Amino acid sequence: MNPVLSIRNLSVALPPGADRPYALRDVSLDLGANEILCVVGESGSGKSMTAGAVMGLLPERVRATQGRIELTTGAAGDSRNLLELGQHELRRIRGARIGMIFQEPMTALNPLRTIADQVGEPFRIHTALTSREISKRVLALLDDVHIPDPAAAARAYPHELSGGQRQRAMIAMALALEPAVLIADEPTTALDVTTQAQILRLIRELQERRGTAVLFITHDFGVVAEIADRVAVMQHGVLVEQGAAADVLNAPRHPYTRALIAAVPALTPPPERPVAGEAVLTLDKVSKTYRSGGLFKRHKRVTHAVREASLTLPKGGTLGIVGESGSGKSTLARCIVRLLDPDAGSIRFGELDLATLSHRAVRAHSRHVQMVFQDPYGSLNPRRRVGDLVAQGPVAHGVPRREALARARQLFELVGLDPEAVRRYPHEFSGGQRQRIGLARALALEPSVLVADEPVSALDVSVQAQVLDLLASLRERLGLSLLFITHDLRVAAQICDRIAVMKNGSVVEYGSAAQVFGAPTHPYTRSLLDAVPGRHWTPPTTGADDALAAA
Amino acid sequence: MQFLQAYLRNPAAAFGLVLLAAVLALAATAGLLFPDNPLGLAGRPLQWPFSNPRFWLGTDHTGRDIAAQIFHGARVSLVIGFVATVIAILIGVLIGALAGYYGGVIDDLLMRVTEAFQILPNFLLLLVLVAVFGSNMETIVVAIGVVSWPPAARLTRAEFLTLRNREFVQAGRTLGLGDARLIFGEILPNALPPVIVYASVIMAVAILLESALAFLNLSDPNVPSWGNLIGGGRAVLRDQWYVSAIPGFAILLTVLAVSLVGQGLNDALNPKLKNR
Repeated sequence: MNPVLSIRNLSVALPPGADRPYALRDVSLDLGANEILCVVGESGSGKSMTAGAVMGLLPERVRATQGRIELTTGAAGDSRNLLELGQHELRRIRGARIGMIFQEPMTALNPLRTIADQVGEPFRIHTALTSREISKRVLALLDDVHIPDPAAAARAYPHELSGGQRQRAMIAMALALEPAVLIADEPTTALDVTTQAQILRLIRELQERRGTAVLFITHDFGVVAEIADRVAVMQHGVLVEQGAAADVLNAPRHPYTRALIAAVPALTPPPERPVAGEAVLTLDKVSKTYRSGGLFKRHKRVTHAVREASLTLPKGGTLGIVGESGSGKSTLARCIVRLLDPDAGSIRFGELDLATLSHRAVRAHSRHVQMVFQDPYGSLNPRRRVGDLVAQGPVAHGVPRREALARARQLFELVGLDPEAVRRYPHEFSGGQRQRIGLARALALEPSVLVADEPVSALDVSVQAQVLDLLASLRERLGLSLLFITHDLRVAAQICDRIAVMKNGSVVEYGSAAQVFGAPTHPYTRSLLDAVPGRHWTPPTTGADDALAAA
Repeated sequence: MQFLQAYLRNPAAAFGLVLLAAVLALAATAGLLFPDNPLGLAGRPLQWPFSNPRFWLGTDHTGRDIAAQIFHGARVSLVIGFVATVIAILIGVLIGALAGYYGGVIDDLLMRVTEAFQILPNFLLLLVLVAVFGSNMETIVVAIGVVSWPPAARLTRAEFLTLRNREFVQAGRTLGLGDARLIFGEILPNALPPVIVYASVIMAVAILLESALAFLNLSDPNVPSWGNLIGGGRAVLRDQWYVSAIPGFAILLTVLAVSLVGQGLNDALNPKLKNR
């Protein structure tokens, strides 16, 4: 193999005072023409720094201290070391020889300029084509990335396109000058699962047609299984393992890779648990509609966020609500804990109808149904000690402060944290630990129902597995019933007894996990399951537990 | 400790702090160095500075010691600045917090009131208040506070609008916390840093407003304020300019000190500017 891009012994130093001296240490990678190399790792592993070093776009005060990055520039095979080039020469290479796609197409595109204007930019910078010729090329490119109605999309502004279409436009822009290397930094992480599947297919198709070398950065082993020819695994800035995709995915050698792969949830649900027939929470035709817009009728916009959702949560069981963004699953969760007021329907909890309680009554009954939030950074008040955060709920319900604080210590132990940590502030904890604090806070009121809104989707895969295990064990020990909201079908398969699939505010399918995953009846459920990245790959299980222990 | 380090890393902010300490020292030592009434007659009027060792900053047109008035005036200026700022921030934070937290009709109502205050130039409004309620020191301080709160209210409201939908506030709501506790216990501590920084601007403007009133002879004449001294020196501005220039310089340094400290606080409290 003759590499197009060759990284040799690259080290990148972080500024003094960072949590480690090197962002990358002695990394060597080869990227051949016509292949997709996936760089995988958890947050802070240095995978995005690798891309930044290649593009010459490292953050302020971060420098490459050692090594070479060779890019083949001519047909004869002569190459240049990118680290030695000045800004001027690098600019000639970026966009022309190396294209880049970013994670969030909404922020990577300029909101004030049309798509045609932005996709045509590489031509204006790097070529001497006439504007007529450029607009012809832009249309051809947009057609290449399968944007529906390219002429209309070219005239549109970024906010007028959907997330998937925006990412297609970004890809068109990155590939405009047929670069030899394409760097894709988590290009599908911000997208819904069905859109993600389409974009992955598109990248694969364009790559094969043009023979581009793709450096694909991701944290998701499902995506790796879907698209990679070769895989490089990174941990703490060090490349721990690389090899052909099939080898790394099915027979990982390094203990860290083994642990990572073992933490990927399988798409097949475990054997069914016996679940009580008795319902703890019964939703009957719950609806929530948003109205917005002007004084006059014709300007009004009506959005049906939730339409007549009817579900039951069995006592001691877990009901999963899955769906893509905008499906109404989070709105439904917020209606149940009454952060939002439903417009119609009833939410029966024992004798109470949570949907129609007055706000004063909601406050008194809030202890029965508690919520765990998605964002481990945003859901804890940064200015309070974590012990206070956990004690806050009981204190508001009349428990003396001393008693509540003592209880907070016990809860910390319950969720696997050091009880002495109650005096610290949220920023002193990692993402997974903060999610445990959020859990302790919800449990402090001894609720019988826990509503968890994407509780693990902001966490790294290994931490995700630990938090899921904790949730499952708490459910057993405390007799909790769990309403689990997620967009990730793999996670849903592992923890849920029943699953409801939502689309555009309606529940389109509802049944036991085995039914929904084994024999889905609604076409939308089937398309969701088909879109799960790496669905044909079953993570190897042999020695997984040993590997986790070793890591 | 870490905060102090971040603050002192900025040389302009450190200089501001030194200046402010100097003004505080003037105020603290006024009673010791000049135990007599600074408004009492001390000697021959209009002596130039450094011409008489008893009055090293000279005397004004009625024969009062300028140095004594500068020292005692520092007390007055600081008290005016501080009290007026506290009043303005209290009103502003309360109105901004309620408007931002509740939104809807309450927000509309409170913001229209705020705008009603904002469309009048605040010095004009101050003149009206002083004309109606008289010009003793207490009313002037309260009046300055009352005309200075609208920007603080707008700032607090903006912070509340972004913070009220954050997950930690929703978490508090699901725990059953009441509105008062959510507003003052959860959101306000997170909304305060920019408001505290803005308080330095209010303080500087409050000192200037009082001087402007005094210059027009509308301030309390029984108080040795810097503004009164400038106002008194107006009649002899062409020949004995030092009578107005010395307190003018004192005001300049005090306002500069307060602004620099405010800017330094802003830089130290704003994590995005770190490591620049």
